[in-house]
Amino acid sequence: MGRPRWWPWAVWVIVLVPGPLVVAALVSDFVLGTRWLGSNPVKEGELLLGQWTMKYLVAALAITPVRRIMGWNWLQKYRRTFGLAAFFYGLTHFLWYALVDIQLDGAQLADDLTKRTYIVVGFATLVVMLPLALTSTRAAIARLRHRWVTLHRLVYVVPVLGIVHWWMSVKADVGPPAFYSAVFALLLGWRWWHARRETSGHATTPPTSPSA
Amino acid sequence: MLIRPPVPPDLRSSAITPESLYLTRREWLTAAGLTVGAIAGATALFPRRSAAQQALGKPYGLQVDDKPTPWDDVTSYNNFYEFGTGKEDPAEQARGFKARPWTVKVEGLVRKPGDYALEDFVKAGRVEDRIYRHRCVEAWSMVVPWRGIMLADVLKRAEPTPGAKYVEFTTLYDPARMPGQRVPVLRWPYTEGLRLDEAMHPLTMLATGVYGRDLPNQNGAPLRLVVPWKYGFKGIKSIVRIRLTDRQPSTAWNESAPGEYGFYSNVNPTVDHPRWSQAKERRIGEFLRRPTLMFNGYADQVASLYAGMDLRRNY
Ligand code: HEM
Repeated sequence: MGRPRWWPWAVWVIVLVPGPLVVAALVSDFVLGTRWLGSNPVKEGELLLGQWTMKYLVAALAITPVRRIMGWNWLQKYRRTFGLAAFFYGLTHFLWYALVDIQLDGAQLADDLTKRTYIVVGFATLVVMLPLALTSTRAAIARLRHRWVTLHRLVYVVPVLGIVHWWMSVKADVGPPAFYSAVFALLLGWRWWHARRETSGHATTPPTSPSA
Repeated sequence: MLIRPPVPPDLRSSAITPESLYLTRREWLTAAGLTVGAIAGATALFPRRSAAQQALGKPYGLQVDDKPTPWDDVTSYNNFYEFGTGKEDPAEQARGFKARPWTVKVEGLVRKPGDYALEDFVKAGRVEDRIYRHRCVEAWSMVVPWRGIMLADVLKRAEPTPGAKYVEFTTLYDPARMPGQRVPVLRWPYTEGLRLDEAMHPLTMLATGVYGRDLPNQNGAPLRLVVPWKYGFKGIKSIVRIRLTDRQPSTAWNESAPGEYGFYSNVNPTVDHPRWSQAKERRIGEFLRRPTLMFNGYADQVASLYAGMDLRRNY
C-alpha cells in the first residue's frame, strides 16, 4: 500500500487520546473548577470509559465484515489495534471504578464483586478479554497457530457479556444498550451467515490471516 | 470528614444558622495559622467548593460541612425523565416549556376539593426559604435552597375526611410539551405518594423555587414535592393533581421495578439498592464520598413516623 509507515502509529494515537483526555478532564474539573465532565465528573468519566470500550469492540468486530464486503484488505492490521484498544478502555474503566469511584474501599469492592450481578458480569467480561490481549502479539500468533484461532473465538463472548453488564446497570432507559445489541447482532450475524455460505461451498476468498 | 451530631429536633427555633457554623470554621482556620492570602488562593483554586454562603434560607438538618450546591449543578444535573433520561437533558429539552398558566387539582377524600390557579394554590401557606439536604437513590447528593409552602397547609385548607390515609400526586401528562413522555421508559403520567402523616410533616414542602427564584423548568416547574428524608425520586415534579385516598397509591418507580423502589423509599444507609450500596454518597462538587445518614440526617424529626416498622421490608 502507498500509505506512509507512520500511519499505524497515528491510528494508535487517535485511538488512545480519549483515555488521557477523560483523566485530564477529571483533574481539571476538581482542581480548576471546570465542567468538562458536568456536575458529577466521577460518574461521567466511568460511563464514558465504559462507552469507549464498547465503541472499540464494535470497531474491532467490524473490521472483518467491512474488509470482506468492501475488499479493503489494508484494514486487517487495525483489527488488533481496535481489539487492544477495547481492552485498554475496559481496563481503564475498571481502574476508574476501583480508584476514582469507590476509592479502594475494600468492603465495597468485596460486596460489589459478590452481590452485584452487573459488576460480576463486567468483571467476567474483562477476564475474558485478558488472554486475548496477552496473545495479540505476532510471536503469540506464530506460536499458538491454529490454537490461536480457537482461543480468539472467545472474542464473540465479549460483546454478549458486555451488553448484559450494560443492560443490567441502567435504571430505566435501555435505549443505548439496545442500540449496541443490534449492532453486535448484525456483526456476529454476518459471520454466522458467511460461515454457512463458506461451508456450503459458495465462498471463494480464503482468509488472509487467522480470521475472526 | 467531620460529622457533628444532627441538629436538635425542634424544627422551629433551634436550627443552626450557616453563619455560625462558618464562623467556627473560620476561627479554626485562623488558629491553624492560615493567612488570608492562602484562603484567597484556595478560593481561586477550588471555586466549586467555595459556593456562595449568603443567607439563602433557613438551614434544616444540615451537617457542619454542608454547603449549598452551586446553582449551575442544581439546575443542570437533573433526573426528570419527562424531558429525557440524560442528566443534562432536562435543562436542554425543558427550555421552551410553559409552566404558566397552571392549574392544580385537589380532590379525593377532602371536604373542600378544588381546582386552583397556581397563584391561588400557593396562598394556602406562607412562602418560606429552606435549605435541605437532597439524596438521590443513585448515591449522589446535593444541598438545595428551596422556596415553597408546606404541604400540610395545602392539605389543611382542603380538609381531609377521616377516611383519608394517603396522598397521591400526579405530574402533568402532555407528550406534546414533555417529549420524554413519548418514550415508554416509565408509566406515564408519573405518580408518587405519601402516607398522610408523612404528607403533614412540617418538613414536607411543595417547592415553587430554588435559590430564591421561580423553579427552573428542569427542576419541576412550577410546583414540585420535596421530602428531604426520602430518595429524590419521591419529589415528584410539575404537579397537576393532589388526591387524598384511603389506599396506598401506586407510584411510577415502584411499578417499573418493585424490587428496587419501594413505596417508602426513606434514605437508609443500611438497606442497599439491589444493584448498589447505599452506605455512602457522592456530594456533587466533592471528590471523596461521604457516609449516608439515616433518614438523610433527619432521623430526629422523622424516625418516630416509622416506629415499629421493619424498614428492611418497607424500603
Ligand atoms: C471489572 C470490570 C468492570 C467493572 C467493575 C465495571 C463497573 C461499571 C460501573 C460501576 C458502571 C456504572 C453503572 C452506573 O452507575 O450507571 C459501569 C457502566 C458501564 N460499563 Fe462497566 N465495568 C466493568 C467492565 C466493563 C467492560 C469489560 C465493559 C465493556 C465491554 C463495560 C462497559 C460498560 C458500559 C458500556 C457501561 C455503561 C455506560 C453508560 O451507561 O453510559 N464495563 N461499569
